[in-house]
Amino acid sequence: MAAGGKISGDPVAPVSVRIQTGDFDISEEIEALTGDRADIGAVVSFTGLCRDEGGRLSALELEHYPGMAERAIRAIADEAVARFNLSGITAIHRYGAIPPGGNIVLVVASAPHRQAAFDGASFLMDFLKTDAPFWKKEHLKDGGSGEWVSAKDADDKAKLRWQKS
Amino acid sequence: MSVRIVYFAWVRERIGKGSEEIDLPADVKTVGDLIAHLATLGEEYAAAFEVPRVIRAAINEEHAEHDEVIGDAKEIALFPPMTGG
Repeated sequence: MAAGGKISGDPVAPVSVRIQTGDFDISEEIEALTGDRADIGAVVSFTGLCRDEGGRLSALELEHYPGMAERAIRAIADEAVARFNLSGITAIHRYGAIPPGGNIVLVVASAPHRQAAFDGASFLMDFLKTDAPFWKKEHLKDGGSGEWVSAKDADDKAKLRWQKS
Repeated sequence: MSVRIVYFAWVRERIGKGSEEIDLPADVKTVGDLIAHLATLGEEYAAAFEVPRVIRAAINEEHAEHDEVIGDAKEIALFPPMTGG
């Protein structure tokens, strides 16, 4: 059988997607993904945090489309598992008001080797930015009602690098 | 035919509500037709849909292009480009 091919008896790669208001604990999420397994050689985690934008912001308010938000991230996570042969992947996205310094999003990808784990986490984030139904609104320190954050062309370009030629 | 429309972010704010049931005129076939129809319903709708090409859509929680046929959709969502992560 070809190297790297799936053989029957391979553990099923767990995909965990959660949309929640509460914070998350990175160590717990890594442990949940790797704790009872001996076939994982690499774990990559990415955490996205709320910036204060030079001291202007009192909070970011995250709005989401319940139902579709989880469905969209799960579809990207499933694709990441299949494409990079991940051992597992966890994605958590918070909603509600998040103060500067607070966690917004977590991705943890595990794999036998590091490149797949890096790629899996990066792939999921690139697609999440443009395809998952979340929107950010700024709340300003001076009490003013802030603007909705605009989508960035750079985010659209970031996902193009994953196109298969 | 009646369909549930849901709005998010500044589309929701400009219209002033998060969702509503709309009776679709017979000539509204696609997402693009729907946006053009909604834009005629009043000043707040005109403001929300003043630049139709920036509006993103989902039919039954799946992303949809403007030329996609609405068919017997239960729920159509209209919103700005997404800014999560």
